[in-house]
Amino acid sequence: MNDDSPLRFSQVSLEFARGRDRLRALDAVDFSLAPGRVCGLIGPDGAGKTSLMRLACGLLRPTSGSIHVLGIDARARPQAVQSAVGYMPQRFGLYEDLSVQENLDLYADLQGLEPEVRPERYDALMEMTGLAPFTGRLAGKLSGGMKQKLGLACALLRAPRLLLLDEPTVGVDPLSRRELWHIVYGQVRDLGMTVLLSTAYLDEADRCDEVLLLHQGRLLGQGPPADFSEPLRGRVFQVRGEGRSQRRLQQELEQTPGVIDALAEGETLRVVTEASTDAETLLRTQLGLSLQPAQPRFEDAFVARLKPRGQPAPALGDLLAPLSGHSDDEVIRVRQLTRRFGDFIAVNGVSFSVRRGEVFGLLGANGAGKTTTFRMLCGLLPASDGELSVAGLDLRVARAEARRRIGYMAQKFSLYGDLSVQQNLRFFASAYGLRGRRQSERVDWAIDAFELEAYRPVNAGLLPLGFKQRLSFAAALMHQPEILFLDEPTSGVDPLARREFWARTNALAEAGVTVLVTTHFMEEANYCDRLVIMAEGQVLAEGTPAEMKARARSEALPDPTMEDAFIHLVEAHERAAREAVA
Amino acid sequence: MNPWHILALARKEFLALLRDRRSRIIIIVPPILQLFIFGFAASYDLDDVPIAIYNPDGGSVSRELVARFEGSPHFSIRQRLGADDQVAPAINNRQVLMVLRFGPDFSSRVLQGRSAPLQVIVDGRNSNTAMTALNYVRELVLAFNRDLQQRRGQPLPPVQLTVRAWYNENLQSRWFIVPGIIGSLLLVVTLLVTALSVAREREQGTFDQLLVTPLRPLEILIGKSLPGIIIGLLEATLILLLMVYFFEVPVRGSLPALYTGILLFLLATVGVGLMISSIALTQQQAILGTFLFIVPAVILSGFTTPIANMPEAVQWMTTINPLRYFLVIVRGVTLEGDGFALLAGQFWPMLPIALTTLTLAGWLFRHRMQ
Amino acid sequence: MTPRGRRLLGMIRKESLQILRDPSSISIAFVMPVVLLLLFGYGVSLDARSIPLGIVIEQPDTTTQSLAGAFERSEFFAPRRYGSIQQAQQALAERRIDGVLWLRNDFSRRALRGDTAPIGVFVNGVDSNQANITRGYIQGTWLAWLQHVAGARGRPLTLPVALEQRIWFNPAVSSRLFLVPGLIAIIMTMIGSLLTAMVVAREWERGTMEALLVTPLHMAEMLFGKLVPYFLLGMGGMLLSVAMALLLFDVPLRSPLWLLAGSSALFMLLSLAIGLLISIVTRNQFLAGQVALVVSFLPSFLLSGFLFDIHSMPQWVQTLTYLVPARYFVAMLQTLFLAGPVWPVLLANGAAMLLMLVVLTVAVVRKSRKRLD
Repeated sequence: MNDDSPLRFSQVSLEFARGRDRLRALDAVDFSLAPGRVCGLIGPDGAGKTSLMRLACGLLRPTSGSIHVLGIDARARPQAVQSAVGYMPQRFGLYEDLSVQENLDLYADLQGLEPEVRPERYDALMEMTGLAPFTGRLAGKLSGGMKQKLGLACALLRAPRLLLLDEPTVGVDPLSRRELWHIVYGQVRDLGMTVLLSTAYLDEADRCDEVLLLHQGRLLGQGPPADFSEPLRGRVFQVRGEGRSQRRLQQELEQTPGVIDALAEGETLRVVTEASTDAETLLRTQLGLSLQPAQPRFEDAFVARLKPRGQPAPALGDLLAPLSGHSDDEVIRVRQLTRRFGDFIAVNGVSFSVRRGEVFGLLGANGAGKTTTFRMLCGLLPASDGELSVAGLDLRVARAEARRRIGYMAQKFSLYGDLSVQQNLRFFASAYGLRGRRQSERVDWAIDAFELEAYRPVNAGLLPLGFKQRLSFAAALMHQPEILFLDEPTSGVDPLARREFWARTNALAEAGVTVLVTTHFMEEANYCDRLVIMAEGQVLAEGTPAEMKARARSEALPDPTMEDAFIHLVEAHERAAREAVA
Repeated sequence: MNPWHILALARKEFLALLRDRRSRIIIIVPPILQLFIFGFAASYDLDDVPIAIYNPDGGSVSRELVARFEGSPHFSIRQRLGADDQVAPAINNRQVLMVLRFGPDFSSRVLQGRSAPLQVIVDGRNSNTAMTALNYVRELVLAFNRDLQQRRGQPLPPVQLTVRAWYNENLQSRWFIVPGIIGSLLLVVTLLVTALSVAREREQGTFDQLLVTPLRPLEILIGKSLPGIIIGLLEATLILLLMVYFFEVPVRGSLPALYTGILLFLLATVGVGLMISSIALTQQQAILGTFLFIVPAVILSGFTTPIANMPEAVQWMTTINPLRYFLVIVRGVTLEGDGFALLAGQFWPMLPIALTTLTLAGWLFRHRMQ
Repeated sequence: MTPRGRRLLGMIRKESLQILRDPSSISIAFVMPVVLLLLFGYGVSLDARSIPLGIVIEQPDTTTQSLAGAFERSEFFAPRRYGSIQQAQQALAERRIDGVLWLRNDFSRRALRGDTAPIGVFVNGVDSNQANITRGYIQGTWLAWLQHVAGARGRPLTLPVALEQRIWFNPAVSSRLFLVPGLIAIIMTMIGSLLTAMVVAREWERGTMEALLVTPLHMAEMLFGKLVPYFLLGMGGMLLSVAMALLLFDVPLRSPLWLLAGSSALFMLLSLAIGLLISIVTRNQFLAGQVALVVSFLPSFLLSGFLFDIHSMPQWVQTLTYLVPARYFVAMLQTLFLAGPVWPVLLANGAAMLLMLVVLTVAVVRKSRKRLD
């Protein structure tokens, strides 16, 4: 047996007792990592990624099989494993009431870092993470991206030979994500560290040397990302709709046999077809679309492998109430909206308006002021200054009945965790005044449309993340609102769940529902009719996705992505701010 | 106001409370357990007070008196001391509460018709116990004196004063304490049920979800109060039944008046609970707030020590303590046989407490910033 | 410094910083004892003064006036006159007075003749303890008056057995002197268990525990690191309470200070260990808080012997009181403050506390595992 491997799983299974049932989280997982490389652990939500990470650092004991970490038997000597590896759990354990420096000191003490080597190591890490100016700041006062970088710095203090990172980039803005990756690769290059990193962002898989694909507790494959995407060569196309509504075309393609996936990407759709299908004939001849072959990516492979086939798109529209009014009505109007918390200005003079039936996006990193804007619009927080109206009213002072017109899905899961799925739905239906037969109809509708049947009696708190998100979405729709507020609805959920989510949102918009959505996934901006990009409480730009990207177009970047456009705008803003100071 | 909204919310609150096995247990088991333990434990009456006798006299009179102590259920003779210097250790080491020290000429003095001193040395570390024990000794000696004088044809002291106790004829402290336990247990249970209800939702983010529905603050307020009140009523009934059939405390007054009192008391405590809950931003703060309310509320209620003994300023503070009024009502109905007329003065002060706290809680739902 | 020492110091520094940044821990340790001691020290008293007593005199003359005067001069009573027994009984029912002294119309004629005088005394017996005390005061006042009258007539009363009472340690029978040390024990129980009940649960809830677990830190080091700052904090609260007892409530301290400090330290460790155990078992702040409330306050209030005498409880309840740590500390504090260093009492109770501490420590260590399942 080759024992150079820093991490080896041999036929590892893990079972949990849940009530009377035994839940199999991992099933005969078998792999070993090569030293000095970055390995991505990829899988949809609930695949068992976190369980695998916890097994690897001795926090869980496998039901069967054996695990060797840096040559140590994790089952027999968990403390030795824990002393040897670096680990960053999903919610990294930063002490928010301690400063950056105090957090570093604590973990340096705990990991036994000699005082002599500390200054040098601290400097290197602070330099790398860009946290040097903030060492005195409380960790709780850092932005999401900075917190993650600090967490990473704490895990890296002693330069472990094996670094385990559980979804380090969740909820982090694109700039910070790029920096995190940069740090990780720097450590691998300089110190020969081995990294196992789980992620739900599939574009990150392409950055790994090697990928472990996990699904429902089974390891589906291991290899370089290209090994996964290469078989799809010739099956991936960029399709242009030639005057057809992109949203309709997407729905149509999703239901066409032979098409696995259709994803909006700017003005084009990215289509993945079945191996058995003659794609050219199908798309160009039968559907009359213009198409261009595209470079397959890991995400295409992931979707092709894991997306369930032959299922009709979720049907929502037929059960929504017919909406009145013209599509040009201004449903939401915000003028010079400002919100201050003490000295801190969370939202600064924000203005925009949303028309009926639009999908309107608020795009920005964590801490840009999106959620605060939302809370003011929903009447949860009074504005410090400025005007706002939702359906002609300020919900903070309007009669309670006016709130019946809106649906709200909060950023973090905020349904009752100790109530079952059915009980949650019934409660929200009745809170909106539905009762008797009408209530049962709506509950059945929600369970049906969001495919929650299997989870009906399960406590909401125990659902996998993707199902929690479905349930929150369903709860917000129980009363058929005209206007939907969705705050970071896709944060942390895997690509399949995100596709489902957007399919449902599109269907709602088609039915005339106005949707206001915030996101930090740049590519999701493509789903919006119009959007604003926010940073530091201000609106940097407003327009359609195409207009946004046009601003970033340059000689060097002839076809910018939304991420490029975002970074372009933020950098321009920062430059302007610096010049204003100077 | 929409009754369906309220019903929906109350139903949800119940489910959230009762679905979790651990929180179910916390609501039901400790109160019953505590009633039993404290019902038996909390008593000012003394039985088997450990005493020691130092009797260098040995005459017939002293022997007769010692025999009386032996026969009394209040005392239990643990030691017979042989020397004077054994007295101090016996008390210091808490082996006995009290030492009876006879003079060497005790019997002869009595037989000569003179007054013979009997020294009683009591451990005053717990002054209340000391006083109660002394009272027992005094009564026993008084009766002994009377018998002695009667038997020997000596003139009796002019008038025997007998004091009759109303309502609690045998002066059993259990009759006093057990109804008090109802009050403090109800206070603890309703506060635990309500004080976390808003804070928990705020911390978990569900409160925002609630506030964007058409539910009005008043509806949320009532919906959140109902579980506390209903659980409180059921628990009160259960404890009352146990009190009557197990601890044999009588209910002499009007039951409707008692339930009116329970309802008002629950309203006031639910109001306090919801107010604490709406002020708190986190569950930890809510628990702390509850603690800081419960402890003084129980101690300054007249549950174990009379309000009348407190300094003026503290007495004035107790006027905002709902438990203070409720204890008078429970004891009034059970022991004194009161009805509405005699309790009106205890009913109404709980209304402004309930109104103020509930209004503030309802207002804070929307105005407490995070 | 060894890595172990460094880890421990790191934990202690972290916990201390967190305490300093979180006003709630500080207020539990320092504000709570002050507020509670003030409230209870002044509020809890069993010493009845100015008992409202109704006096009904059906036929006023010099004898009845002299008896009523004896009651009026007593500091124990605040007598009010009523014109008829019906009025007085009504006032008793309405709780405006606690007792009635009723002298009927031929009282003076028959009072001193040795037959049963037409005198009636009623007290409200609901609060049996107060009723007993009231009864004692009435009888005392009555006897003193009789002796005074008999002496004035040249026929002093002689009783065959005359009681001489000596109340040791607390001759003035001030209930505050025994209640304040007991209160300190109860306040310390609550502070100790509340302070630590949340601290481990909080790490689980905030997700910081998982990161701590995957470090060379041993569980014992983590627990010890948490204990030290809270111990110091709790002892600070204790010091404050003792200072208040001595300076504000004039409770005498009849033992050397080191003995008090030593037994307090032992008890503080015990309380903190209870809190830690709750925290480790529940892993949830909500539940930990509830359990701490249920476990610490009422049992130490009612089962510690602080107020209610343990000897008089039924045997099975007495057995239960052995499980209440405050029971031992109440006994120790009352002895240390009022009686002095009585070794048999201190050693027996100290040994019991030590035993509990050992059992709890074992439980804490066994329950705290470095695994998630």
